[in-house]
Amino acid sequence: MDVQAISPLVIFFAAITTNNILLTNFLGMCSFLAISKDMKSSLGLGAAVTFVALCTAPLNWMVYHWLLVPFRLEYLQYIVFILVIAAFVQIVEMMIERLSTPLYLTLGIFLPLITVNCAILGCALFLVIRGYTFLQSVAYGGGCGAGWALAIVALAGIRERMKKRSKVVPELEGPGIALILTGFMAMAFVGFSGIVRIN
Amino acid sequence: MSPAPVTPSSAFRRMLWEDNPVLVQTLGICSTLAVTNLVKNTLIMCLGLIFTTACSSLVIAVLRDRIPKQVRMMVQVLIIAAFVIVIKILLDAFLPDISRELGPYVGLIITNCIVMGRTEGFAMGNRPLAALADGLGAGVGYSLVLLAIAAVREPLGLGSFFGVPILPTDWTRWNIMVIAPSGFFALATFIWVARLVKGGAPRPGARPA
Repeated sequence: MDVQAISPLVIFFAAITTNNILLTNFLGMCSFLAISKDMKSSLGLGAAVTFVALCTAPLNWMVYHWLLVPFRLEYLQYIVFILVIAAFVQIVEMMIERLSTPLYLTLGIFLPLITVNCAILGCALFLVIRGYTFLQSVAYGGGCGAGWALAIVALAGIRERMKKRSKVVPELEGPGIALILTGFMAMAFVGFSGIVRIN
Repeated sequence: MSPAPVTPSSAFRRMLWEDNPVLVQTLGICSTLAVTNLVKNTLIMCLGLIFTTACSSLVIAVLRDRIPKQVRMMVQVLIIAAFVIVIKILLDAFLPDISRELGPYVGLIITNCIVMGRTEGFAMGNRPLAALADGLGAGVGYSLVLLAIAAVREPLGLGSFFGVPILPTDWTRWNIMVIAPSGFFALATFIWVARLVKGGAPRPGARPA
């Protein structure tokens, strides 16, 4: 099936459910495991990742198709994507710091973490490999971020409740049990497969 | 930094088990866990990762006094990205099929937290040879765990090892081993076993940077 014929809306929902970037592609695990201990931070990081993914996906699409392809520099895509993401994060950080102190205190501290979040770079690499159009890549970026945010917020909720009520084998505490819970979430998301297919 | 310089051999051995990046720090699983349903792909990714951590640690340790502190993350990322591009070009040239199968995951070695973790946490403050050994050790320690996971997932899920069928044909394949959830379960089990073997509570200083 022709990829470019898929409606952006379908891609958006597929990126959240069947192709969830965290639960099916394992991207963005490091900050996911470390931050999901705490609900408030998870909400903040989830929002920041969604925003950055939504904006950098079309940016990277433009850079790739309008700069790298005409000059036959595709092999530089890794360096260029990372630079675009880092520069974008830096600019957003400075803007938020100027414009809104409360927003800076809730989102700003997470922004440096995002530059090296694999989910953002992975999103850019996937949209190039799958050959999305501009609109599709906007939808895909937003979907990737929203899917990632959904996963981290869900896990944070489970972990906060578990802290109060359940006892975990000491060896499994922390990352171990978080991985098992993520595995169960991933199994639940496997249930979505077959609804839509985008790759 | 610490008064006594770390010797290369102790830096290498420490990363294999005591400070194993996956089992102790749970770092850097993103880019490789996804391909652990096939031993062959895992091996290629792991070799790429070992090459990247070792080389970038070496280069950054050599340059450590010349890198301005404010932009050090950016410099590190660029050096790492350069090595990853080398891997990508080599793969495209010699193993084009595998390169296509791995897709974006080769590029994602750049944002693998282990590479950044070692350059930022060790190479910035140590001599080049020790940093090279530390990077090598981190890469090898990481690869051992990931290969162990792949060695469980591929036989159970596809009945083969390294693409060669090893289980009888009437073996019922465990479909779950091929899809994503089993990656999480397998890794959690490995962390569990490793901590049981090590004994005692996990040390407090071992959180991700």
